[in-house]
Amino acid sequence: MPTNLPPFLIFYIAALLVLLVKGKLRTVLLIAAPILSFASLFLLDHGYTSQLEFFGYSLTPVRVDELSMLFGYLFHIAGFIAIVFSLHVKDTGQHVAGLSYAGSAIGAVFAGDLITLFVFWELLAITSVYLIWARGTERAIAAGLRYLIIQVGSGVLLLAGTVLHVQQTGSIEFNFIGMEGGLSSWLILLAFGIKSAFPFFHNWLTDAYPEATPTGTVFLSAMTTKVAVCMLARGFPGTEMLIYVGCAMAVFPIFFAVIENDLRRVLAYSMINQIGFMVVGVGIGTDLAVNGAVAHAFNDVIFKGLLMMTMGAVLHQTGKINGSELGGLYKSMPYTTILCIVGAASISAFPLFSGFVSKAMVMSALLHEGYNVVWLFMLFSAAGVFHHAGIKIPFFAFFAHDSGIRVSKPPINMLIAMSIAAALCIGIGCFPSVLYGLLPRGDVDYHPYDYTHIVTQLQLLFFSAGAFVWLNLNGLYPPELRSTNLDVEWIYRKAIPWLVGGAGTAFAFVDNGVRRGCLAMLFGIGDRLKKAFGEKGVMGGTWSTSVMAFWTAILLGVFLMLYYF
Amino acid sequence: MKPENEPEDFFDKPQNVKLILRVFYVLSALLVIMDFIFERHPHDPHPWEMVPGFYALYGFVACVTLVLIATQMRKLLMRDENYYDADKTDDGEFPREIKGDQHAH
Repeated sequence: MPTNLPPFLIFYIAALLVLLVKGKLRTVLLIAAPILSFASLFLLDHGYTSQLEFFGYSLTPVRVDELSMLFGYLFHIAGFIAIVFSLHVKDTGQHVAGLSYAGSAIGAVFAGDLITLFVFWELLAITSVYLIWARGTERAIAAGLRYLIIQVGSGVLLLAGTVLHVQQTGSIEFNFIGMEGGLSSWLILLAFGIKSAFPFFHNWLTDAYPEATPTGTVFLSAMTTKVAVCMLARGFPGTEMLIYVGCAMAVFPIFFAVIENDLRRVLAYSMINQIGFMVVGVGIGTDLAVNGAVAHAFNDVIFKGLLMMTMGAVLHQTGKINGSELGGLYKSMPYTTILCIVGAASISAFPLFSGFVSKAMVMSALLHEGYNVVWLFMLFSAAGVFHHAGIKIPFFAFFAHDSGIRVSKPPINMLIAMSIAAALCIGIGCFPSVLYGLLPRGDVDYHPYDYTHIVTQLQLLFFSAGAFVWLNLNGLYPPELRSTNLDVEWIYRKAIPWLVGGAGTAFAFVDNGVRRGCLAMLFGIGDRLKKAFGEKGVMGGTWSTSVMAFWTAILLGVFLMLYYF
Repeated sequence: MKPENEPEDFFDKPQNVKLILRVFYVLSALLVIMDFIFERHPHDPHPWEMVPGFYALYGFVACVTLVLIATQMRKLLMRDENYYDADKTDDGEFPREIKGDQHAH
């Protein structure tokens, strides 16, 4: 009995129902929603599309193919884990936001046309911003506002690109777009690029995610950027420029991650680095590369989610998240420590963990297509990932110097959610064929577990760790400092407000001057008139008869002379 | 700081940390030695890849470079923790020297 429900529907309905119920019933509803929705997704007919007429255009709100199904499954799993992680939260708003945000992400990846995509694109922004605002701090409110402006702005670019695209092609279908469309292609690529945190457009991520609630960040880190990666994989595979964009994304954030103090911000920078691998894969565009990009997106959602959850648990228990204030937590949070290490091993691509089976697909594709220099940069960033996400996160939170903080265990639902994610990391790492079977570009002829791959990867990781040890023993490792590090956001958080403020001051100065000048002039004229027409003024005073007679005689004389000539 | 009354555990003892590091050094060395014994068979080898110990050297050099550059970046990029919140005062517009007294705990 395939019912073919739109895959986002159950999430939206659940988001509404959450408003009505409380207590145990709400918990049941929250857990049941993603499970029911997953079952309904599983029953969805392959190749199914739904059509809808809208102002003369036929919309395709649901298009089922390999790519959309893979991301559909992914967001169900990620949504389920994030929901379990946040079950203890009492704030109804966050549950509503979480469910509707997950629904929007699912809606976006199943969108078969650009107008439907635009709708879900904006819904993603609007539904998620509450997860940032719910933190309640002044910083969170401001960061959420900046996040909303940038996200909605990306939607506006998408809409503009769509309008041009429809004019050019006469079709609103969303398939391969490529760069042939000129401006329309650029606008759409830019819209996708903003959401996937391309360099120079990446700061909304490092700005907003670390300010969200401990549980909100887990939702956020799973959805928005991966929706964008999915859209890039559909619209722009084989766009060579993306290889270099992705390479830049993989390399530059690791420098920021090394010196960043807020451990969730470290993870945000490391997320850009991981998306870099996906963008490179999409840019190469071969079957192996695109499959690798998509597989890595799948794994990244889960291991980055796991790392975000462990840091969320630390923040929830200690109220602190700065590396400079933490340390020694393994004593009171042993399970979280172990789960964090599983996430760290996965993101660093240790053999038997999930990153190992997907990151290497992109790396192999690079060499296969002859991008030797890009490969060296990507290898550099792969080593750097281990350094900042694999070692720094667990080390400074759970080991390093003992901060003396002693806390109780995190809520059980948090531990369960983290354990599910950790189990998936190891499961996919050990049995990659399950994931490979779901990839969009057909059967994967890739075997991650051969001698060469295992040994080379272990060498890379052990000696990266060796560098950490060596730098630490020699006092060269930069200490965790309470600080802010300037990034591109400086332009809109400092320079533009300063310039606008400066321009305002300058304008006020000129304006003031002109006003004063004019007023002074008017008063001056007034004074002169007053003087002239006043009691003693030339014009206002009484004149004597002789003076009058004298002036009359002159006047007559002048008149006579004029007449004479 | 560890509370006084707490018993020392495994990682509190320097000799244990030393032991772990020794095991780590031995494993690292073994990984490089293996390169000289067994031949690797990459599918599409990078020109530099076949040098024995390439990955080990690259990983080490990459991470040291990464950290040293990042440390230098601090001189240029690091500002006070409340840089963006400190209400529109103009300080911090110029690169600030990292003060010597601000090091780790």
